[in-house]
Amino acid sequence: MIKKIALVFGLILMIGCSSSDDSGNGGDGASDNFDRATLLQNLADNIIIPSYQDFGPKLTTLKASIENFVATPNQSNLETARNHWLTAYKAWQHVEMFNIGKAEALNEYYFFMNIYPVTVADIENGVSSGNYDLNTPNYHDAQGFPALDYLLFGVAEDDAGILEKFTSDPNSQGYKTYITDVINQMDNLTQQVITDWTTGYRDQFVNSSKNTATSSLNKFVNDFIFYYEKGLRANKIGIPAGVFSTSPLPDRVEGYYNSEVSKALTLEALNAVQDVFNGKAFNGTTSGASFKTYLEYLKVDRNGQNLSNIINAQFDEARTKIQALNSNFNEQVITDNTKMTTAYDALQRAVVYLKVDMVQAFNISVDYVDADGD
Amino acid sequence: MDNRFKTYLNTHIHPAPLAVFRIGFGVMMLLSIVRFWRNGWIETLYVLPKFHFSYYGFSWIKPIGDYTYLIFALCGISAFLIAIGLKYRLAIIMFFLSFTYIELMDKTAYLNHYYFISVLSFLMIFLPANAYFSVDNLIKKKTYTSIPKWTVDSIKLLVGIVYIYAGLAKINSDWLFKAMPLKIWLPSKYDLPFIGNSLMQQDWFHYAMSWSGMIYDLIIPFLLITKRTRLFAFGLVVFFHVFTRVLFPIGMFPYIMILTALIFFDTDFHLRIINVFKKALRPLNVDFTALKSEVYHYRRKNLVLPIMTLFFVFQITFPFRYLLYPGELFWTEEGFRFSWRVMLMEKMGNTTFKIVDAETGQGFLVDNSDFLTSFQEKQMSFQPDFILEYAHYLGDHFKSQGHKNIQVFAESYVALNGRLSQPYIDTNTDLYKEKESFRHKNWILPFHDEIKGF
Repeated sequence: MIKKIALVFGLILMIGCSSSDDSGNGGDGASDNFDRATLLQNLADNIIIPSYQDFGPKLTTLKASIENFVATPNQSNLETARNHWLTAYKAWQHVEMFNIGKAEALNEYYFFMNIYPVTVADIENGVSSGNYDLNTPNYHDAQGFPALDYLLFGVAEDDAGILEKFTSDPNSQGYKTYITDVINQMDNLTQQVITDWTTGYRDQFVNSSKNTATSSLNKFVNDFIFYYEKGLRANKIGIPAGVFSTSPLPDRVEGYYNSEVSKALTLEALNAVQDVFNGKAFNGTTSGASFKTYLEYLKVDRNGQNLSNIINAQFDEARTKIQALNSNFNEQVITDNTKMTTAYDALQRAVVYLKVDMVQAFNISVDYVDADGD
Repeated sequence: MDNRFKTYLNTHIHPAPLAVFRIGFGVMMLLSIVRFWRNGWIETLYVLPKFHFSYYGFSWIKPIGDYTYLIFALCGISAFLIAIGLKYRLAIIMFFLSFTYIELMDKTAYLNHYYFISVLSFLMIFLPANAYFSVDNLIKKKTYTSIPKWTVDSIKLLVGIVYIYAGLAKINSDWLFKAMPLKIWLPSKYDLPFIGNSLMQQDWFHYAMSWSGMIYDLIIPFLLITKRTRLFAFGLVVFFHVFTRVLFPIGMFPYIMILTALIFFDTDFHLRIINVFKKALRPLNVDFTALKSEVYHYRRKNLVLPIMTLFFVFQITFPFRYLLYPGELFWTEEGFRFSWRVMLMEKMGNTTFKIVDAETGQGFLVDNSDFLTSFQEKQMSFQPDFILEYAHYLGDHFKSQGHKNIQVFAESYVALNGRLSQPYIDTNTDLYKEKESFRHKNWILPFHDEIKGF
């Protein structure tokens, strides 16, 4: 008898479903037209892969110019390598947040690319002893862009001194080997990540749009927010401004040895984040399915406007605050740190919008919390 | 009236319903413990975290490292003893104590249904659930032909209270007129076969679910009590709980509620179930027929009845304690727990702490992940008592690290039921100076909105 009752309810449910198909065309909140696979497709095809395909060749160019510099260490080759370093570093700001797929499988690709501040002692010891292993976690902070920053800009007081390190210095061969190993490691890992995206991972990424803790949609949202909170907000602004320490740490800025680009890199990163949020094609003007359109589809209206507008306005405010900073954050922290903390506050408010309001609207699991609910 | 009440207390019924309930309860609890253990949750919830959130007044109850597993083992063993009815009284007391201890170790994992189990097992200490079809019968060579009717009714009453209070709590403007939080939760179930991309996305369906959920909770106890509607009601119970199980990660709770609802059926039904058990036991040659049979009488009736009365007075009044607090209940959560307020809120927060030296004014932010698991951080971020307890923990921690003149400030944003996140905690209040108490926490910022209803 109990079984019969359950059966009846099952039938009622089925009838309810099939009848809704007929009436699902009118009224608000009709059937779910939002295709999350399209969102992932737009991310992969118009943003992630093009960003990597922009970054990859720029890194290869940097590699060639470093090889050139190592072969012939002179002022002009140094300048060329430095220029290409900056070009590649800017392009890197567009891919650091994509810590998914191969990038994640490499035990965090970005660990090998952009951990700063560098530990100078590790580099110098490696140079003089030839004894180092860039594949170990101990050397995360002795390679990647920050290590190149040190070697190309900060290894000596002035350009003449730097050139000396690669020519007449007793360890010159050590420096040459070290810088070559660093750029080879960066190039090698990057090629692996790009190859993976273009030979199969793309389809896997696009097709995993379910609402589960391991689906690429949920992981991507998590990674995106994590990068914004940690890689951008904390690393680029918060930590140097001393937000997390008893006193400011001006030597923790990105591009410390170059000393002119920390603001440029931060702005580049913020643009990248906002473009991903809006689904704006890399180096293009068109926009596709994105967190923004998803929020619009879900009609996530807050205080009379869509949450996506609120988030974009907050990004814009943060950008204005960052633009008001010295191009060299190191100097900014030393001269007037309040401007840094103001920028941090503007960035932080967006963390709340993303992490609380957006995640709540998507109702996806932000982490791997695994326990029952009520 | 008094006379009728006395007659009621002396009314006896067959002990089979209580015996079936005991077996079902024991088996479900054993399964729950095994599942909890196998999922690795003892490790992740109780052993690994550095810090545990305690209930006010119960900070002495903490996980005991690897020995925490022993508490779970004890709990599981007692559940098994309850199921077979061996040393029942001792087993149910052991179960109540160990289970409640587990729940009190860290309030991060608070669930209404865990509280239900604690309350129910406390009630069962006073019920003769081993009076029939138990190993205790075999040992004592004695079985009972009847038990006081109120013992079975007390379980029905408790279940009724749970449903009705859960229903009352749903009578609020967010639930009924905004379909919140179902409007947030249901559309995210787009993966469900068949209904995911159709029903789950419909506005009317969110409202239909909200209203029918409220009506279901309010009337189901009455439908179960009434003989004519009982079977229909049980069908509803099965459907409702299975459906919520499909939608939400609520573990064993639906099955426990379905089994619990069986208590409403009459003796015949339970005797049939016991006959099935007896058939299954036939190979073991267990003989219940040779036992001496008696009518069950409470030996300490004058003690048990007042305890039962107090217990139910408490159950009925305690959920209303929120009336003693100012402000919006969903916002402050003062008096929210232990009140059968289930699935009412989609609430999330982001809370960061600043440790400040009062003399220099210098300070720094804390990385919560240095101290809390992601689950703890999530729960802490929107509940004021968690925020206060954690602020003290941080203050003590940095004091022991040699920091001086410590002040702890929290910057917190919380979003509730589809409202934009807004400031939650007064950023000028030094939480290290605030003490936990049952009084209103005046450093919770106002909600700036109103949710009408219970």
